[in-house]
Amino acid sequence: MGQAYSAGLTVTDSIILRKERILPLKGKVLVKKGDKVKAEDVVAETLLPGKVVPFNLANKLGVTPAQLDVYIKIKPGQQITKETILAENKGLFGLGIFKSEVRSPVDGEVENISSVTGQVLLREPRIPVQVKAFMDGMVTEVMPDEGVVIENKSAYIQGIFGIGDETVGELKMLAATPDDELDGAKIDESCRGKIIVAGAFVRFHVIDIARKHGVKAIITGGIDDQDLKKLIGYDIGVAITGHEKVGITIICTEGFGKITMAQKTFDLLKAFSGKKTSVHGHTQIRAGVIRPEIIIPMNFEESELVTKEASMPVLEPGTLIRIIRQPHFGRIAKVTSLPEELTKVESETMVRILEGEFEDGTKFSMPRANVEVIES
Amino acid sequence: MQYDEKRLTRIVATDCGSTTTKAILIEWVDGEYRQTIRGEAPTTVEAPLNDVTKGVINATQELEELARLKYKNPNIRFMENGKFVIPRKGDLGIDAYVSTSSAGGGLQMMVTGVVASMTGESAERAALGAGAIVMDLIASNDKRMNHEKIERIRQLRPDMILMAGGEDGGTIKHVVEMAELVSGADPKPRLGSSYKLPVIYAGNKEARQNIIDALGEKVDLIVTENIRPKLETENLGPARDKIHDLFMEHVMKQAPGYNKLMEWAMGPDLESVPIMPTPAAVGNIMQTIAKDEKIEVVGVDIGGATTDVFSVFTDEYVFNRTVSANLGMSYSISNVLASSGLDNIMRWVPFDIDESELRNMIKNKMIRPTTIPSLLEELVLEQAIAKEALRLAFEQHKQFASSLKGMQRQRDISEAFSQSTSGASIVNLMTLNLLVGSGGVLSHAPRRNQTVMMLIDAFLPEGVTRLAVDSIFMMPHLGVLSEICAKAATEVFRKDCMVYLGTCVAPVGKGKNGKPALYAKLELPDGKKFEEEIPFGEVRLIPLDEGKVAKATLKTFGGLVLDKDKNKELTIDLHGGKIGIVLDTRGRQPFVLPTEKAERIASLKKWMRELNAYPEHILV
Repeated sequence: MGQAYSAGLTVTDSIILRKERILPLKGKVLVKKGDKVKAEDVVAETLLPGKVVPFNLANKLGVTPAQLDVYIKIKPGQQITKETILAENKGLFGLGIFKSEVRSPVDGEVENISSVTGQVLLREPRIPVQVKAFMDGMVTEVMPDEGVVIENKSAYIQGIFGIGDETVGELKMLAATPDDELDGAKIDESCRGKIIVAGAFVRFHVIDIARKHGVKAIITGGIDDQDLKKLIGYDIGVAITGHEKVGITIICTEGFGKITMAQKTFDLLKAFSGKKTSVHGHTQIRAGVIRPEIIIPMNFEESELVTKEASMPVLEPGTLIRIIRQPHFGRIAKVTSLPEELTKVESETMVRILEGEFEDGTKFSMPRANVEVIES
Repeated sequence: MQYDEKRLTRIVATDCGSTTTKAILIEWVDGEYRQTIRGEAPTTVEAPLNDVTKGVINATQELEELARLKYKNPNIRFMENGKFVIPRKGDLGIDAYVSTSSAGGGLQMMVTGVVASMTGESAERAALGAGAIVMDLIASNDKRMNHEKIERIRQLRPDMILMAGGEDGGTIKHVVEMAELVSGADPKPRLGSSYKLPVIYAGNKEARQNIIDALGEKVDLIVTENIRPKLETENLGPARDKIHDLFMEHVMKQAPGYNKLMEWAMGPDLESVPIMPTPAAVGNIMQTIAKDEKIEVVGVDIGGATTDVFSVFTDEYVFNRTVSANLGMSYSISNVLASSGLDNIMRWVPFDIDESELRNMIKNKMIRPTTIPSLLEELVLEQAIAKEALRLAFEQHKQFASSLKGMQRQRDISEAFSQSTSGASIVNLMTLNLLVGSGGVLSHAPRRNQTVMMLIDAFLPEGVTRLAVDSIFMMPHLGVLSEICAKAATEVFRKDCMVYLGTCVAPVGKGKNGKPALYAKLELPDGKKFEEEIPFGEVRLIPLDEGKVAKATLKTFGGLVLDKDKNKELTIDLHGGKIGIVLDTRGRQPFVLPTEKAERIASLKKWMRELNAYPEHILV
């Protein structure tokens, strides 16, 4: 057999990306087509009505509802703060002795005043719901009242698994080699607000140190299953993640356990150390898979924003591959041949295999299902 | 429309599973239909391909290559320019392409209710009872703001939403508010197909019209009975059944590129042949076996995301089918661990392994679902997990097959807060005649002995039960093929699909290790005899080929019995198979493994060695 399809994750120094940024409720789009935006820019927002707070003002002031009209200092629609005096009486004999006043319990707006019940309805400030651009880029499409499409050219890495929401920060390389385990002592205040890169592994107590120093995200080769459980508080049954509120985003590029980060991934992150980076840990491993993403935007011209058609990663003699299951998990090799007949492997399973060669010249064979293509 | 060999000489059938797309070639050869070649490829439901037909092309490409090798004919081709050529013209093309699909994988739902701890929890129980994972429970009183709830619905991309809330005659306002939220989220099916998202309404019946007004246009709204008609009455059955049916008919078979797949599936007159959900196709086969042989059958199909169990019991051939939507060997493997617990998996492992290593291995399989175990140790671990997935799926099946559909269950106030089930299952292992296994881990186990071991350990058959396996996993294909050519499906099923493994004899009851449990005298057709008084806690394997019968005299000791009439002595014909007769004196009801680790490992090794399940070096 000449070639075969093989699954693989994208790791590239240049790709055209396209992201929809949509409001949960209809609102206002704040940018227009062709605008260049920064990741932290709000591109659309809507204002939700604030909470209504009923407040019995007549009672508080010690007057009847009918009398309230005389003492009230506010009118419907007026903006108020906690300092605003809602009503005050004139004190004993109108001389200001023992004068009492009632201040607003909340910031916001006066909604309604009832002279029948003596109650006022105060509304807390409107709550903005905003959508940010998430990645530096250009607005290429506006969906009126809903949101926009942002496109850019980026260096791009798909993680295999992640937790935590979208975040943006400067990329900081803490690992010297792709098989490094992240040392907590390397994390200090210089990491605050940054996205740090571990090598092969990061332990729970180091994640904790990172959180304390305000690290926004950690990119690591692997994480231990039990550390993940400690971090999120439960054991993951089906991998649908990304909305955990754990104070940090984590992206694994390889998997669970200590696994050397793929050299290509490591080199790419190292080359872009210091650059502004957008990441998220959203993962859904089911049909229509979603994987976490590491996006490092680059300068581009509008004419470059042409998405290439997806190509099928193909195995053939000469293809560079990475092994994604034991034995040799994580090692890089080159395909030397793809025998057509089913072959018995150590587990006695009859499978289609590939024959390959490691960089040191050692030869091996392995089920084709257990490798991924490294696209050059 | 049915065709015969005049029109159908070469057929490609595929099953698009969540993990692997399996293609088989069925041909009219020397006056009969035979399954001749098999190919497979990873199912392509991830970017950049995200189109299930790419997996079909890859699996078919493998079929073509193997066909050229087999027939030494370099001109054989089934596809041209990435599409099937129908009808066949000599070496080029095929006469029909049919397919089943379960590529959509597991079922992840959201449920809504008015009060989280009341109707919300009832809805959650109904969803869990149907085998779904509940991604979130949204209730009027859950303290989140509405836009946060909407955001959540959109981000989680549920496959289905179950809306409950309000007693009959109770609150309408809050239930309608929930419907407005769902409407605001405007949820779309996660795979972006043309169908609308199924939303089941099982709340206050007085609010039905309001719900229809709020949601009728946007979603595929199904209205069913209130799951909580009164505070103290819980009626989960109708909602649970609806979830189950909708999942199988709509969600499970869906996948990116599904519309294209539908266009591809056609018979010789270019007429469309509907894609069948995998469990529907396998269910047809199981029912046919039961009726043809006039026997009681339990069948199982274990996949990457789901495990489907089928049973046909009683003289009326009552058929039950359950799809455990989140028990499987790849996408759902981590959920098997979460559901069964590590100890239950470890109890089947005949060697010491570092717990964290095993946990990480399971998670790695989940995130890279298409990989396969090439190391023996990993195979043993995956088969240990498979036993638990099968056990849990069978438990779910027994519960489902216990109550009549639509039956209401009255709960008192105190019970209303606790989850309990009732009703006797119609699944009776003592009367079961045949246990059939299908799915990758069972059909492709390197040794059929492993299949026998997994079936026995997971299902714990009682009395005398025949065991069989789908040879290379083709039951779904044959189930859908029968829609256009029952003759081909039947012939291939008998000749190439159904592999009888043998018979398991397992006395029911307690015993003490080492004490006599079963006297067995087997007269084999070649004149040889097997005779032994087998102690409790043992397994024996007596090889006997398929089609051969041993005359057996069986006698139990102590409280052990052999059949539903509690007979302690039987003279019976035992059927052979690829593996033979298994005499299992480890006890049933209860079946207990030694709790002490060293003793358990020693026992496992002894049984595995007796069954010849693994190479000797891993059992030393």
